[in-house]
Amino acid sequence: MEVIGKSVIRKEALDKVTGRAKYTHDYHSIPMLSGQKVISPFGHAKIVNIDTTEASKVPGVRAILAGKQYPLTGEAIRDRPPIAFDKVRYHGETVALVVADSPVQAKKAANLIKVQYELLPVVNSPSQAFEKGAPLVHEHLGEYKKEFDSHPVPDTNIATHIKIRKGKMEKGWSESTSVVEASFSFSPSDHVAMETRCATAEILPDGNIIITTSSQAPFMVKRLIADYFDEDMGKIIVHTPLVGGAYGGKAAVQLEILAYLASKAVGGKPVEILNTREEDILTSPCHIGLDAKIKFGADSSGKIKAAEIRFLWDGGAYSDKAIDLTRAGAVDCTGPYHIENVWCDSYCMYTNHPYAAPFRGFSHSELSFAIERTLDLLAQKLKLDPLKLRYLNAIKPGNTTPTRVRLNKSNVGNLQKCIERVRELMKWDQGPIEEINERISKVKGVACSWKTSTIDPNAPSGVILTFNRDGSINLLSGVIEIGTGTKTVLAQILAERLQMDVDKIYVRMEVDTQTTPEHWKTVASRGTFMGGRALLEAADDVIRQLKDIAATVLRAPREDLEVANSRVFLRDDPKIGLPFKDICYGYQYPNGNSIGGQIIGKGNYILRHLTHLDPETGAGKPGPEWTVAAYGVEIEFDKRDFTYRLLKACTVVDIGRVLNEKAALGQVMGAMSMGLAFAGRETFYFDEQGRVMNPQLRTYRPLRYGENPEYLVEFVETPQIDGPYGARGVGEHGLMGMPAALGNALSTAAGVSLHNLPLIPELIWKAKEAQK
Amino acid sequence: MKSHTITLSINGENRSVMVRSADTLLYVLRGKLGLTGAKPGCLNGDCGACTVNVEGWPMKSCLMLAVEADGKKVITIEGLENTPIQKAFVENFAFQCGYCTPGFIMNCHSLILKHPDADDHRIKEWLESNICRCTGYAEIESALKSVLRKK
Repeated sequence: MEVIGKSVIRKEALDKVTGRAKYTHDYHSIPMLSGQKVISPFGHAKIVNIDTTEASKVPGVRAILAGKQYPLTGEAIRDRPPIAFDKVRYHGETVALVVADSPVQAKKAANLIKVQYELLPVVNSPSQAFEKGAPLVHEHLGEYKKEFDSHPVPDTNIATHIKIRKGKMEKGWSESTSVVEASFSFSPSDHVAMETRCATAEILPDGNIIITTSSQAPFMVKRLIADYFDEDMGKIIVHTPLVGGAYGGKAAVQLEILAYLASKAVGGKPVEILNTREEDILTSPCHIGLDAKIKFGADSSGKIKAAEIRFLWDGGAYSDKAIDLTRAGAVDCTGPYHIENVWCDSYCMYTNHPYAAPFRGFSHSELSFAIERTLDLLAQKLKLDPLKLRYLNAIKPGNTTPTRVRLNKSNVGNLQKCIERVRELMKWDQGPIEEINERISKVKGVACSWKTSTIDPNAPSGVILTFNRDGSINLLSGVIEIGTGTKTVLAQILAERLQMDVDKIYVRMEVDTQTTPEHWKTVASRGTFMGGRALLEAADDVIRQLKDIAATVLRAPREDLEVANSRVFLRDDPKIGLPFKDICYGYQYPNGNSIGGQIIGKGNYILRHLTHLDPETGAGKPGPEWTVAAYGVEIEFDKRDFTYRLLKACTVVDIGRVLNEKAALGQVMGAMSMGLAFAGRETFYFDEQGRVMNPQLRTYRPLRYGENPEYLVEFVETPQIDGPYGARGVGEHGLMGMPAALGNALSTAAGVSLHNLPLIPELIWKAKEAQK
Repeated sequence: MKSHTITLSINGENRSVMVRSADTLLYVLRGKLGLTGAKPGCLNGDCGACTVNVEGWPMKSCLMLAVEADGKKVITIEGLENTPIQKAFVENFAFQCGYCTPGFIMNCHSLILKHPDADDHRIKEWLESNICRCTGYAEIESALKSVLRKK
């Protein structure tokens, strides 16, 4: 292995450190109109009147979009007006859009729009939404167009209900000698990508719709806009340059629709819509919240015999991706443990909160908090070491998942090995608590996680390889560079397969949906797996074509030929051969005769054997493989004021195969940092009107430099046989166990069971007070 | 609103530019001078993505009016060329999406010039004004320290 495993410097590195990397908001070559939103100040209110008289008098105003019924949008259920009509359902919802020559003019006009509201009762949590007689967020839920596998319940706030029914619950409970039951709850929060979302749209005279957007899913933008507004798909060309952080939040399609409508309203002129930070937090979709109820039963040896789980996901005002999040939470509901008898009800609830987008981990960090806290409670009850309890129940080849997929050595990693490495790295056997003095102690907590990626069963990925005349190669893939370095990893895979210098591979960073082969969405840790598989097929296609031409020229059978170092040569006599540059655009004989022609390699990949879930039992195959991981967190805890400092955070993840070590470490550490911030500090604080009280980075505080722990990261390598070079998805996994590991450490430290996020000193104090 | 013609010394060049009284330095750099390396992240001084160097000190360009920068020496990320800290960011994988990177580099670069012997306390004091959402800060720490140590 020459390249795989090496920390190859990333392809876009120099651009990024010189400020030359271009993001959506950086293209200023054409003068653009600006679209500014008017957003709802309330969680739930009827729109009585919108007065735009004063606003339309502002110089430079070209259009005001308000009070009009546009086609409904939404991925799984068409429940969302692009601009609120009749009523608003969340704080931050777009009520009007002003298009003007400059941002200053548009903003000035937006401030002059007078909207009269009549307040409606607010649904302020998924549990409240679930109560009988709760106010309805959507009165006409039964009338919406929907996907076949969304299951909304009319006249309730249930957007979908996913059921898992595995084994026999009665048998499970009768075999259990210890039972624990606990509830957990946390509010929605935010992704906080440093680049706020931005989209531009221009509609050309020939009808081409040119959109540039900071998106993880430009191909979905194309499909949805075609579908929502009955446009020809081929006329929609979506460009996505580098994206400044996404974490799932940019997989939802929202601003693109506003930009499209805005451009349409001004005769197709280009319009830019850039979120302010406050709008990015409020208006654009957020990180989902959850109310969970977990019940585990185990026998006296600690074997878990039954699990009963209820998730009420806070999907917010519109269902969009929350339907899929609800399903993903159900399919891996038990955490990475072998349990024969499982009953899970996973509900997507409508509330008057900002609606949810995917968030790194796609429901798994959220469910892990509930499951792994319950596991610690079970360990306590059984008087078992919590890590031992996890080891004992760890999922293994031969076991089945909640949706009854039988696991094998390839499609699940080695969790027990991860657990054992965490035991050593965290010095777990020295005990969870070290008293420093009367006031301060050092305390550890552990957790595990697993994840499969429940993406569309027919999601595609494609790769095209073209040559330059010097024999170097251009790599085109629809994977978006959102910060994960996946396109560099793809170049490494190609270099490995062709045994060539990675510096002779040129990667196109920008994606446009007209000329780049589709990669479904850059989500779910699928870039390396699916893009990598498509790339390997394209590489083999190139090798085949190179050998075909070389075989003729060298007058040797193809089987005798090898490809390496940008040459095709005879295996037994490598001196006899041809460089790529002499054959990649066809071979020319001395007399001018030419054969072969330009070599273009193509490859695609589609996941195999995935199925929809049975609506009654949940049985089915939701994803191709499960990545597993174990985690530890060590804190320094102050028993007097319940403050704490993060000392160490540890993740051991079965990555299958390390393809780029530093990039992989960066993914895991970055995800851990994000998970600790979600666990320890990030949340939306709602008032009784459903208003988010902290939509700013000084009141909503991500982790800053120096607040991070020391990171201990290790990889276990159990190859996924159908993954490129055995690699497994890993972009999300560092995050998933952090909330639970921190929650477990703090519960141990404070001597009180903690059931909410974020884990702030005030929460601990309240739990301690309640215990008195 | 009143407009002014001001002269900014940007990356060693004098640039004349017409600005409104309310225009921030960030807005003028990006919108009028085409220097898009400084990024808007919050327009509120919270995130540091727009950090530039003014008269030797790191400055969040969203918190400074363009008129205040009249006659002052401004260095943006575009004005750095092959500096040790840029090289260190590349080698240490100290960025992922890259959006916060120009701000972080400008902050680090200023720190290296002002305090080549900065200790952990001072490093934290300086760098906690910027947010990186992709890395866990460990790589940024390694990059900065690799340059500081050489001094």
